[in-house]
This record gives sequence, C-alpha cells and structure tokens, in this order.
Amino acid sequence: MTPLKERLVQLEVLRYYPDTDTEAHFQTYEVVCQEEWVVLDALNKIKADIDPTLNYRWSCHMAVCGSCGMMINGEPKLSCHAFLREYEGVIRVEPLAHFPVERDLVTAPDDFMEKLKRVKPYVIPKEIKPISEGEYKQTPAQLMKFRQYSMCINCMLCYAACPQYGLTPSFIGPAALTLAHRYNQDSRDGGRKERQEVVATHEGVWECTFVGACSEVCPAHVDPASALQQMKITSSIDWIVEHLIPGGKS
Amino acid sequence: MSRRPLVRECPPTSWYFRQPRYLRYMSREITSIFVGAYCVLLVVGLQRLSAGPAAWDGFLLALRSPASVVFQFLALVAAVYHAATWFNATQKAMPLQIGEDFVPGNIISGAHYVAWGVLSVVVLFLAGVF
Repeated sequence: MTPLKERLVQLEVLRYYPDTDTEAHFQTYEVVCQEEWVVLDALNKIKADIDPTLNYRWSCHMAVCGSCGMMINGEPKLSCHAFLREYEGVIRVEPLAHFPVERDLVTAPDDFMEKLKRVKPYVIPKEIKPISEGEYKQTPAQLMKFRQYSMCINCMLCYAACPQYGLTPSFIGPAALTLAHRYNQDSRDGGRKERQEVVATHEGVWECTFVGACSEVCPAHVDPASALQQMKITSSIDWIVEHLIPGGKS
Repeated sequence: MSRRPLVRECPPTSWYFRQPRYLRYMSREITSIFVGAYCVLLVVGLQRLSAGPAAWDGFLLALRSPASVVFQFLALVAAVYHAATWFNATQKAMPLQIGEDFVPGNIISGAHYVAWGVLSVVVLFLAGVF
C-alpha cells in the first residue's frame, strides 16, 4: 500500500481567552498533516499534540451538523469541508465574522437563535385536523416548491458572508428569512401573515441589498439570496394590494 | 466564569475590500449613479424642448461636447452592466416551476436578454434609425 502523503502546514489561528485577554491575537502553529486532510483535522491534531487549550466547535466531520463554521483565509467555510490541498502557504483561521467571539474560534450564536425563533420556522397549519382524519398530504410538486430551502443546516456561514448583517446587526439575516420562506411556500402552512410581521419590515427582507454572498458560501446550496428576492416580490404585491386596490386586503 | 464575548466590528468604510465579490457588488451599485445622472440629463432635455427651438438646439450642441460624449459613453457602459446584472438576477427572483421541475435559470435570464434586444430594436425603429 502506498504511504499517504504528508505535508507541513502552517496555521495562523485567532486566539482569545476572555478571562485574561482584552483583544484577540494570532498564534501560529506548524503541524504535519496528511494531504487529504481538512482544516478541522489540522485543528484536531494541534489540540491533541501541540496545544490542548485551543477551542473550537465541531461534531459530525461530514458537512451535516453545521457546527464547525470558521473564516478560513477570510472566507466563511465549514472547516470539515475545507481541504488543505486547496490552500497554499499559511492558512489563516478565524472565528465566523459578524458574531461575538466567545473564546478562540468559538462564537456566540445567540443573536441568530433569537432571530430564528422570531420567524416561526415551523408549520402553522392552515386548518387543524383531528388525527382521525389522517395526515396532511402533499404532492411531489408541492414538496419541490420549498425542498431546497429546507436543506439549511444553521451553520451561519451566510451571516458571516453578509456585509449587511455585519453593518446592521438588527437585520434578521439570510438563513432565518429563508426558513420563513420555506414555511411560507409549504402547502400545509397557513402562517405567512404572522411571519410577514417580521419578514416584510426594514429589519427583514428590505434590509437585504442583494449582495448575494450568502448563496455563494452556503455549503448546502440553499440559495438564501433567491428566497429573499422572492419574498421582496410577494411583500411588494401585498403592499400594492393593501394600499392601491380599493378594498384590497393583503 | 462570566461571559465576556469579544465583538469584532465590521469596518463601515472598507468592508468591500475584504472579498472580490464585495467589490463586484459595489461596482454594480455604483453604476446606478451613472444611470441616475443620465435620467437627470433626459429631464433637462425635456425642459429644454419645452423652452423652444433655440433652447433645444443649444441642448443638442451641448450633448456633442467632448465631456458630454465621454459621460454618455460611461453612462452607456454602466447601464449595460447594470442591466446585465439585473437580468442575471431574474432567475433568482423569479424561479419558474413546471410540475416537479424548475425551468433552468439561464432560460429565464436568456428570455430577458431576448426581450431587451427586441425592445431595443423597436425603440431604434421608432427613433427612425432604420
């Protein structure tokens, strides 16, 4: 069997220890890695062999759980999906941009979690049926209408990529608004009007200026930029119906 | 241990240098300045037209000045770039589902380019170019 290729990798990792530090600083590590490793493997090697104080989040190591999002050379990435072979020279690893740094590469997701709750990301049934009447049925075409938007893994890379969220933190942001769209598009759902109170506001879709970075960095190909532009159109139609058509109700 | 998260601000005047995609976005936004300025020029033209033949001739003469020609060229480039980004965005804003499948995005954007071309020919025809 051919031995696996090894490579000495330099990582420049942002460190912040809240009990003693007032500012963050970079620490450089040199670690021998195998060629097919990802950045997360290199961090695990550092933690195991060089510096056990290094903190970061991870879980599945297969781009499903969404825990290991980091800025890698300035780009929001899942570190389990960032292959070392795609990088040359020193690799700079920072916590996700636009989120407070809890410690080292660990960020505080509280703001995102609060916004997620506000958009009511769950089916609000159009009509409540007793269980005896059976399940809420859906055709494959009705499923396809929202399926793409249900693939979000809440990794928050889109928030780290969105300059609008960085500049205006009150912005509900790409992932939460996309989930609102996902449920609005669901044939079983009747909660659009409730969600519009959050969605069709300045903090909602109208804060989005369509930079499109959210869709470019999304590891699950959800395309939040598409969802938000569609919501702008439906919100505009609501406004026209309500304000310009006599007797119109959105 | 109490929480003391470190907040790293997004630099308000230099964030667009962080990524090429942000520069592309800013270049798209800046084109609107040229498009807006050209709209003002058209309004001024209308005002000159209503002021009589002498004012209109003066306006036409001013349009032929080198500075005006340079501005109009830049406005044309900006408008074309702006229109292209807009048409490319239509596939995101207006996905079309037929049955279980979605119409490919390039067909949606392509239809807009075709409509743009046809309408441009109509406008040129009405202007007596042909």
